[in-house]
Amino acid sequence: MQVFHSHTVDRVRSLLFGGRTRYGLIFTTVLYALLIAIGFVYLYPLLFMFITSMKSPTDLLNPLVQWVPTEFYTGNYVKAFRVLNYPNALVASILLSVAPSLLQTFVAALIGYGLARYRFWGRRLVLLLILATFIIPPQNTVIPQMLTYRDLGLLGSPLALILPAVFGQGYRSAIFILVFYQTFLSLPKVLEEAARIDGASDLRIFLTIAVPSALPAFVVSFIFSVVWYWNETFLTSIFLEGGVQTLPMQLSRFVQAYENLYPPGAVNIFDRINEAVKMSGTFLNILPLLVMYFVLQKWFVESVERTGIAGE
Amino acid sequence: MTVRSLTHRLLSLRTREALHGYAFIALWVVGFALFTLAPLIQTFNYSLNRVVVTVAGVNLTHMGWANYTRALATDPTFGEMLIGYAIETLVAVPIVLIFSMIIALFLNLRFRLKGVFRAIFFLPVVITSGPVIRELTEQGAATAPGIADAPAVAEFLAQLPGALRNPVEYLLVSFILILWFSGVQILIYLASLQKVDQGIYEAAAIDGASAWEIFWKITLPTLTTATVVNAVYTIVTLSHFSENKVVRYIYGQTYALQGGIGYASAMSFLYFAVMAVLLLIVYLFLTRLLGKEAR
Repeated sequence: MQVFHSHTVDRVRSLLFGGRTRYGLIFTTVLYALLIAIGFVYLYPLLFMFITSMKSPTDLLNPLVQWVPTEFYTGNYVKAFRVLNYPNALVASILLSVAPSLLQTFVAALIGYGLARYRFWGRRLVLLLILATFIIPPQNTVIPQMLTYRDLGLLGSPLALILPAVFGQGYRSAIFILVFYQTFLSLPKVLEEAARIDGASDLRIFLTIAVPSALPAFVVSFIFSVVWYWNETFLTSIFLEGGVQTLPMQLSRFVQAYENLYPPGAVNIFDRINEAVKMSGTFLNILPLLVMYFVLQKWFVESVERTGIAGE
Repeated sequence: MTVRSLTHRLLSLRTREALHGYAFIALWVVGFALFTLAPLIQTFNYSLNRVVVTVAGVNLTHMGWANYTRALATDPTFGEMLIGYAIETLVAVPIVLIFSMIIALFLNLRFRLKGVFRAIFFLPVVITSGPVIRELTEQGAATAPGIADAPAVAEFLAQLPGALRNPVEYLLVSFILILWFSGVQILIYLASLQKVDQGIYEAAAIDGASAWEIFWKITLPTLTTATVVNAVYTIVTLSHFSENKVVRYIYGQTYALQGGIGYASAMSFLYFAVMAVLLLIVYLFLTRLLGKEAR
């Protein structure tokens, strides 16, 4: 009886506090409670945005309607869709984030490889300057660039964003160069040396041996690059002035665009701009990224873990 | 083969290696000169002048350091904004660091639904853009629900001395926003946690180390580099963020009649200087603090 009793105590104890192979019940409960609480904090703005965007004008005015709209109302989305000029802005956003990202990723790999695999005078200085390009605020360089683009007639053209990317000076290029630098440093050199003895040229070695072995770094860089280019508005709003309009640019002048389409004096009170329409616009803005994120989510995180972005 | 010809061949090998290296980074060097260095120098030049842009070109009138003295001595908003920015950054950085470290430690554990939580915690990385954040803050969705409005909290804030009130108020109002800036940092911590050899933890556990001791003696020292990287990343993203008050003010002044490009350039450099000082302070502080822990 005594033996049985202590056995049960042990089992309860191990259930509550965990043993060598698993966490206890108390720990697990606290862990999930915390994760759910923090997860809620993260999701709250999104949830708020989505619920508000589904509210009809009457629901907005009704103080009783907080989290559950009384009807399925999509009118806000119809308006926001028109105001954002959605199809055009979406295509522009996709082009203006994918094209520079592809170029930026490839060029960053090239530079990172050169820094990791070759010894030459000034290597450390270049690494330091790359870090500096990350730190220097954009407003310290953007005006002369803008004026030069204006003189060259490139203002408003996608080239204004693509050219810096080609030269390794794209949006946050420094991070990607350093990621590739780290990646190539940590990859073994044996294969490349063997190929060199066989007489392969440096560029060939880079393209056929180094690039395939650094695939996770390419995935991470490309995805982050797309996301950051998509969300970037400071540079795009200056360089694309009067030209192509991306989704975030359309969103930042949403009120003005709305009042052009639906003049406040001309439409009835329910069609005036309200927070529900604004939230619909915001949601439409992040929807493509959300879709991309949930499709690529696994890749996103696992590649980061494999590239060792953290640095040594 | 003589020694001389051997050294000659070695030297030429070295030179060849260097030349090939330069070929790989040539694009960057050209780009740096064209897209970063030249505009940076030009902006500095603008900051010493009154700049008028006409259809024909850019007219410069030299005025020494007048733009700088004006920003610091005459402009009442700018100085105040700079101080506010410095304080807010110094408040936000430790929060982001501690928070992202805790989340990364959680996500490094084994538990069910890990993938779902991971997906949620990285969401902000994907959707944080200036206009989205602005819309959300305008609607009050980025504020911790109701905390800052609660009467007890308002009372508490009123009791605080002025120097403390602003940072605390900022903390309460922008808490969610600060957390939203932690996505990449979580990833960086997680990546460096997963590089740690699991054998070390097992050995420590066998030697009878408690989870608490293992954290301070093993986990934290392995996160030193990641912490410094994260601190730098946090300061830079917060400072470059297009909704940052100072950034918006400078941008506004660029096109303002009273301001102009020269004045905005001077403010940009002052802002950059404050940011560099902040980076230096945090860097030195962290390397000192963590250097001690590691020993």
